[in-house]
Amino acid sequence: MLDGDPYTIVENEFVKPGKGQAFNRVRVRNLKTGRVVEKTFKSGESVEAADVHDTEMQYLYNDGIEWNFMDPDTFEQLIASEQAVGEAAKWIKEQDLCKVTLWNGVPLSIEPPNFVVLEITDTDPGLKGDTSGGGGKPATLETGAVVRVPLFVQTGELIKVDTRNGEYVSRAKEA
Amino acid sequence: MSPVARDTAAAGLPWRPCATRAMLEARAAMFARIRAFFAAAGVLEVETPLLSRAAVTDPALTSLAVRPGTGVAGGYLHTSPEFAMKRLLAAGSGPIYQICKVFRDDERGRWHHPEFSLLEWYRPGWDYQRLIDEVAALVRAALDRPTLAVERVSYRALFRDGLGIDPWETSVAQLRDCARRVGIGGVEGLDLDRDGWLDLLLSHRLESGLGRGRLSFVHDYPPSQAALARVRPGTPPVAERFELYVEGVELANGFQELTDAAEQRARFDADLDWRRANGQAEVPADAHFLAALEAGLPESAGVALGLDRLLMIATGASDIDAVLAFPVERA
Repeated sequence: MLDGDPYTIVENEFVKPGKGQAFNRVRVRNLKTGRVVEKTFKSGESVEAADVHDTEMQYLYNDGIEWNFMDPDTFEQLIASEQAVGEAAKWIKEQDLCKVTLWNGVPLSIEPPNFVVLEITDTDPGLKGDTSGGGGKPATLETGAVVRVPLFVQTGELIKVDTRNGEYVSRAKEA
Repeated sequence: MSPVARDTAAAGLPWRPCATRAMLEARAAMFARIRAFFAAAGVLEVETPLLSRAAVTDPALTSLAVRPGTGVAGGYLHTSPEFAMKRLLAAGSGPIYQICKVFRDDERGRWHHPEFSLLEWYRPGWDYQRLIDEVAALVRAALDRPTLAVERVSYRALFRDGLGIDPWETSVAQLRDCARRVGIGGVEGLDLDRDGWLDLLLSHRLESGLGRGRLSFVHDYPPSQAALARVRPGTPPVAERFELYVEGVELANGFQELTDAAEQRARFDADLDWRRANGQAEVPADAHFLAALEAGLPESAGVALGLDRLLMIATGASDIDAVLAFPVERA
């Protein structure tokens, strides 16, 4: 915890002149804003630990502003802000299990499943006879995300996407 | 299989060395060049105890305490062989050097390891400026780079040219402002004394530019950072101390040795007062060393040089673990 915000340590370098004061030069990421800053501490100094932990939760619905998640074991429901959901909004559908990072019980960030199956809502029909999928084309998915897909994939089909890099993996039979 | 052996196998313990075979060879070759250098210079290799009943008082160093077993041993692992080697000098040893392991608790990082190899040597009858020349010659020989350039810069000029401040004149408040101005993060949360701020500025903003493609000797320190160096009176007084930097890394520290027993005793007492006031371990100062100073230490210059860091520079290693067979976590 620094200045009231939770941070995660990205890098921690020990700096000490042979005959002098020891420091730790630390690069930390603000878990609320994602911003990385550098801070120097005297070695051995302690900082309040942030009550941050990860848990698996099911995405229920989005009412236009807030995103609702449920703990599948306790059925307890939590609301995540648009900021906390961030990029995950591009990939998640109702019922998906997401990794939710909680700070003092409030969702700080949402990580979508590594792979999701989504329906293509719009893509160019492509050139007749081309089945190789060499070049690819953009396709809009039901969540609004746009990914590059092979030419043979058509509107209405389900595809599997890797959310970590936003790349098409394969066609899918069902979600 | 014994229970211990079974546990070891099951845990998949990382028993292999960190250093490659080529690194072990580079270390051996570098040590051989160093020993050849001193043999040619007529400096005697010595050994002194790693385990001592006394400890260093310097608040910047933490000795590892060794609990006595049932025998006569116990005490502290040395942080440098300085006190014992000066006792040899006082006894008339003449020029001496030592390559040994030293131990400093609480020091771990890319450039730090709590157990490391130190080369320390003393030149009775020399002054520290002459010793700087020999340090340069030794490092050139050890790195096998005979034409490596040498630069000398005073501590004062380093701060004046790099940060526009005079370390003798600037107040603590001005040092804090300077740290903020040069963009050191977290300055508002730091509570440091004057030397602490100077250390911060040196290590965060000045060191990285030193020794680039050359050997940079920083010399003549503020008296408050004299450690065991003699202070030359004058306006202002300066501690006759130097540090060698290579590729932004502190490699060696040397002194015009303090030979005044009363002054040495006063510095030990000041260190111990500081330790008491700041909750640090109170340690027994080295009475044998003080007795040797009282008997008479010849005017000498001495220096200690970190060999693991020198090997890192020689081989381009970016982490000290790469030059160690077994770092502390798997020792």
